[in-house]
Amino acid sequence: MHPLYTAVFEPGFFASPQVHIAAVLGGVVAIVSAVTGVFTVMRGQSFGGHALSDVSAAGGSAALLIGLSPVAGFVGLGIAGAAVMDMIGVRRLRGRDLATGIVLGTAIGLTALFLYLTTTSGATTGAVQQILFGSIFTTSSGTIPAVAILGVVALGSIATVGRPLLLSTVSPDIAAARGVPVRLVGLIYMLALAVSVGLSSLAVGAVLSTALLIGPAAAALRLTRRVASAIGIACLIGVIATGLGVLLAYDSYYWGSSHLGLPVSFFIVAVIFVTYLASGLPAAWARARNREAAAPPLTPPRTARSQHERRGPGGERGSTA
Amino acid sequence: MRQQSEAAAVLGVDQVSVALSGRQILDDVSFTIGAGEFTGLIGPNGAGKTTLLRVILGLQRSGRGTVTVLGRPRSLRNQAIGYVPQKVLLDPDMPIRARDLVALGADGHRYGIRLPSAERGEAVRQMLHAVDAERFADARVGNLSGGEQQRVLIAQALISRPRLLLLDEPLANLDLRSSQEIISLLARISREQQIAVLLSAHEINPLLPVMDRVVYLAAGRAASGPTAEVITSEVLSRLYGYRVDVLHVAGRVLVVAGDAADERAAADERAAAALPAAGAG
Repeated sequence: MHPLYTAVFEPGFFASPQVHIAAVLGGVVAIVSAVTGVFTVMRGQSFGGHALSDVSAAGGSAALLIGLSPVAGFVGLGIAGAAVMDMIGVRRLRGRDLATGIVLGTAIGLTALFLYLTTTSGATTGAVQQILFGSIFTTSSGTIPAVAILGVVALGSIATVGRPLLLSTVSPDIAAARGVPVRLVGLIYMLALAVSVGLSSLAVGAVLSTALLIGPAAAALRLTRRVASAIGIACLIGVIATGLGVLLAYDSYYWGSSHLGLPVSFFIVAVIFVTYLASGLPAAWARARNREAAAPPLTPPRTARSQHERRGPGGERGSTA
Repeated sequence: MRQQSEAAAVLGVDQVSVALSGRQILDDVSFTIGAGEFTGLIGPNGAGKTTLLRVILGLQRSGRGTVTVLGRPRSLRNQAIGYVPQKVLLDPDMPIRARDLVALGADGHRYGIRLPSAERGEAVRQMLHAVDAERFADARVGNLSGGEQQRVLIAQALISRPRLLLLDEPLANLDLRSSQEIISLLARISREQQIAVLLSAHEINPLLPVMDRVVYLAAGRAASGPTAEVITSEVLSRLYGYRVDVLHVAGRVLVVAGDAADERAAADERAAAALPAAGAG
């Protein structure tokens, strides 16, 4: 075997059943997170997404405590949290932030309680690690069907309400005037978000699921002008980051002599972070080029809207003001 | 209320009253708009313009009164009405091009995944052409100027081929030139495609050259009719409930609150203005 190949894929990578489970789980989670994440970023609900991950952490830790499957706890309580947040906060924008903050705080408190009870009862040693930082390598293969079904349900919901959701994101007034049930469409999206966050909490942990939700989507939105391509790019980034994270975590066992496998969540998030930084480069480059090009012939001054300073990537030069 | 010309009316608002949390927002408002008419909905801030438009759209319940569109009771999701709301906050980070927003005007209320359609693409192209927005069709809407965004929003509203176009303060936050351009664009569309336009504004002067009729709202009450008949000291004073003077200066209209010091001059002015006017309301 080629030495480079063995350097990249340490022995047994493709044969390992844990890697198989991680690949399937990571793939599903990455795609569902990326699709819902694009809408989350556009709707400015990253904070809500993060709060839902804390709610699902409370659910996951409660499930551990009473001996249920963590995936049921993560997703179940996440859905309940989404419904509560929708009920108490959706009517006003400021109310939304407050409701989110209150739900988030309560959820972290409950997680602390449940994890304390679980660890002191001595049943599970790795509970804190599992809930907060995920269990992509240690999840049993029995949960895969449930994960796949939930993923399909979330993606199906988003696909169904996609256009009305987009229209009500752009302008709730226009959407309502066209007969879109804005409130219901928003609730369906929130439920899909709860499922998505619950699944990624299972895989990469409640603390890091926000990174998987927001990171690929935010990077994709900087790279394209179309929603459809943003969704495609976000999926690609998410899947690559997850795959690369799994590979690096597996390999890290062979790094040095201590044989300490490093956590996969760290690698996934690290890859996403680097991708996000890199996604800003095309825009920065286009800005630099525009400045050069604009210097000699005096262009008419743009109106002083601050948005113009924050131009998107890929040179929207067609938009002469 | 009005005569049987209502059969031809695109919009009939009849004795509409709205009270929100105990406050009377609209009080017995009635008017009609005929096909292709350009109507200005004029009034100071807080007069109830947005509420009235929302009642017409079915987004706001009216306590009393009826709204008819093309002779039939107004129903939600009425394809006959196009709507450009006030303050659409288009984020520059949103990956939506001008042409995508117009396409959403055509099928944004539909469920399921959108399939590619040459027909829709052609309709979008036509609308962008109609509002002279082809130049920036592929730019992110959030990066466009206020006037450019208004054009795109108008195209978005027109693509469902409405008979009535409602615009809520489309000239707010536009510089003078952009607002002139938007007005003449709307006047042209209204004339060429026989689309009735109801446009709310707090400033009447930019609309004077194109307006067929005016609906003047003050303190929740409305007076409507041809501009010259409505914009008089007499009609507006009755509407406001206190003395108001209408001054004509260099072809423009100024509506000013009556002042004790101006009592005599204003009375003369009013007497002069009231002579030719028949008075509407």
